[in-house]
Amino acid sequence: MLLYALRRLIYLIPVAFGVSLLVFALVHLAPGDAISAIVPPDAPQELIDKLKEYYGFDKPLPVQYFRWLGVTLTGDFGTSIGTGRPVADEVGSAFGNTIILAISATFCAFTLAIILGTAAAYAKTRIVDRLVTSIALVGVSVPHFWLAIVLVIIFSVELGMLPPMGLGPENATGWRLDWPHVQHMILPTIALSVIPLGVMTRTVRSTVKEVLSSEFVTALQAKGMRDGAILRHVMKNAAPTCLAVMGLQAGNLIGGSILIETVFSWPGTGFLLNSAIFRRDLPILQGTTLVLAGFFMLLNLTVDVIQTMVDPRIKRG
Amino acid sequence: MFKHLSIAAIGLGLVAASPMPALSQGTLRIGMTAADIPLTTGQPDNGFEGYRFTGYTIYDALVNWDLSKADALADIKPGLATEWAPVDGDLKRWTFKLRQGVKFHDGTDFDADVVIWNLEKILNDKSPQFDPKQAAQSRQRVPTLIGWKAIDKYTVELTTRVANALFPYDMSYVFYSGPANWEKQGKDWNKVAQQPVGTGPFKVDRMVPRERLELSRFDGYWDKTRVPKLDKVLLFPMPEATTRTAALLAGQVDWIEVPAPDAIPRLKQGGMTIVTNKYPHNWAYQPSMVEGSPWTDIRVRKAANLAIDRAGLNKLLGGLMIESKGVVYPGHPWFGSPSFDIQYDPAAAKKLLTEAGYSATNKPKIKIAISTSGSGQMLPLPMNEYVQENLNAVGFDCTFEVMEWNTLLTLSFQPVTGDASKKAGTNAINISRATVDPYSAFMRLYHGDFVPPKGANWGILKDPKLDALIDKAHASFDKTAQLKALSDVHTYIVDQAYWVYIAHDLNPRAMSPKVVGFVQAQSWFQDLTPISIK
Repeated sequence: MLLYALRRLIYLIPVAFGVSLLVFALVHLAPGDAISAIVPPDAPQELIDKLKEYYGFDKPLPVQYFRWLGVTLTGDFGTSIGTGRPVADEVGSAFGNTIILAISATFCAFTLAIILGTAAAYAKTRIVDRLVTSIALVGVSVPHFWLAIVLVIIFSVELGMLPPMGLGPENATGWRLDWPHVQHMILPTIALSVIPLGVMTRTVRSTVKEVLSSEFVTALQAKGMRDGAILRHVMKNAAPTCLAVMGLQAGNLIGGSILIETVFSWPGTGFLLNSAIFRRDLPILQGTTLVLAGFFMLLNLTVDVIQTMVDPRIKRG
Repeated sequence: MFKHLSIAAIGLGLVAASPMPALSQGTLRIGMTAADIPLTTGQPDNGFEGYRFTGYTIYDALVNWDLSKADALADIKPGLATEWAPVDGDLKRWTFKLRQGVKFHDGTDFDADVVIWNLEKILNDKSPQFDPKQAAQSRQRVPTLIGWKAIDKYTVELTTRVANALFPYDMSYVFYSGPANWEKQGKDWNKVAQQPVGTGPFKVDRMVPRERLELSRFDGYWDKTRVPKLDKVLLFPMPEATTRTAALLAGQVDWIEVPAPDAIPRLKQGGMTIVTNKYPHNWAYQPSMVEGSPWTDIRVRKAANLAIDRAGLNKLLGGLMIESKGVVYPGHPWFGSPSFDIQYDPAAAKKLLTEAGYSATNKPKIKIAISTSGSGQMLPLPMNEYVQENLNAVGFDCTFEVMEWNTLLTLSFQPVTGDASKKAGTNAINISRATVDPYSAFMRLYHGDFVPPKGANWGILKDPKLDALIDKAHASFDKTAQLKALSDVHTYIVDQAYWVYIAHDLNPRAMSPKVVGFVQAQSWFQDLTPISIK
């Protein structure tokens, strides 16, 4: 198992190199340039040229790429053009905030999805199945930024129950596990968990249903095994497929929270990316995208390893 | 309905939420449109919103703005300098007498050496304190400043490239950071940004990137009439208009910048005050004036100006604009007396196009580069679509090249003959302009010498008569003569219909009824010092 994990880890190196190249190319292919975003509209060309030289944007792209790759490999990531702050600090703090939100949304979405999906698969009456399928359908169909705004209007503006924005109360710094901070998480968590809830509910329902129709389940029932014990077997057999989808969904939560974080002014990677895009802050854009891509790769690796542990039959050669 | 929703929420276990935190007395919480805290080191970024919240709050300029009146255009007044005048016999040299007894937030003194040190910070890239980020934000605001020296502890002499009577306006954009603090922070501007020190009415208590900036009253402020009434000001970046609106209605902030026009009725219904005032902002089309452009014909320019139903546009914006009649609005001291009255007259517009030789089969083709959003751009997409309908209705063939804000700015850094504009095939651009001072309003946009990269005359307008009028205004050192010269400039520009003038923004902001004492000046900048919280 350790060897398998190590081998997969080594495979990640060329992938990471490819990702870094892609990230750099995409960021530089976008129209506009970094300097134009930090100077006012009527800045003289002489000043723009001077700043390009200062930040190294006057060099050919391959030179810029290898220079960036060099500092990135040391964990430096450079400094933000917009704020002058180290990119590693910016991305680090933002990534921590995003992870908090993603874990909370992942926990809510996956727990509910397993309960609802299993209930629908086991349902003897069509109404339960239809109800759960409808919830799943709404989950995958509703635009989550729209839902976020609706949640804010209802629970913050009309009912005044929950704060509409920010990481925590106005006099606190950073995130802590206490009620005032949890209050700030409730609405973004709901909005962020809706899509994975829909996707996972459908996946769990169909996978469990498929396993339930397997011959071994009939055999177990014929042997007189209790329902609880049969459920354990069913879940174990359904787990590999569900885990694969969960891995992708968890990755999407990390990378796809840009709109939710913007609506709730949640200072995570999505909020950081949004601001960096409009400021053409290339070091921040590159650093954030690279960290997110790296996390996605590691998450997939972890899921693969867990899948193999759960079901050794699917061990890749 | 909401009673039912509340019950549903109880079912979901959400009502365990405690009441919203109690408001601190004397703390004003503001939701800005910026996505991050504007630079705090001295010269802010994020356009004039940065100047408003991390410029004139933390710092002072030699020349400040008088923001105490709502019924008159804000003008300059003494700041860290008590008086200024050109040196006798040499109009290119200015003497600024500095205010004595001014202290920075860290207790160090402000004097002539500080002025020189700060000018080197932005203008001399060989100086140890040179900061490219601050230089990027400020150099173009002092285009004629070429020399600086201290005469004595409280006098500095500044030299300009040409005689420039309007130079004091330029000096209102340069702020003075504390040199001792820069030394204390290891000569690192990034560390200074966390703990900046200025001479302004507010000092920085804490800066949390992307989350908030906490300012508190500076009791030692030199202008005792402007010592803040508030204990604290908290600034939150909230780029999303819906978030700002919700935060205000939910009581999480007391003041928001630029509420969305369609949220105004809901804000009013929620008991919020909508504050507006005219200010020097101009939302217009800047045309190409190079050979072959249809805009070179004055009849075409006048026809476009007469084709636009500004009253209808104002209705679309919920009354949050002034119908434009020129670079500045009527009643502005520089408005003058143009004979061409910019109004909605589609019949006259059609007639002018016919006279210019255009017809239904030979329409003037105009392609305007517009943005999807951007600072000061108001609601660019619906507004431009509305104007497009108006223009096409009188016989124009109007199309757009829609681009992201930053891309449009990049395009404007080169003149219309540059590659970016040629590739896009545009013969006009829609970038709203701040017309705060005469240089911003006229010189950089209309003078033949200020074609990019030197200025922002993107369309390459070359009119020697206009150049002479602008030069005369910049060479008029007598205030009355200067005003007359600026009125003449504006009169001429409107009579020539050099741009298509459409709207002036009304600078809307919404605030809780708890906010008292705010006077919205006719300016991009505002004074937070007279405000208190009920």
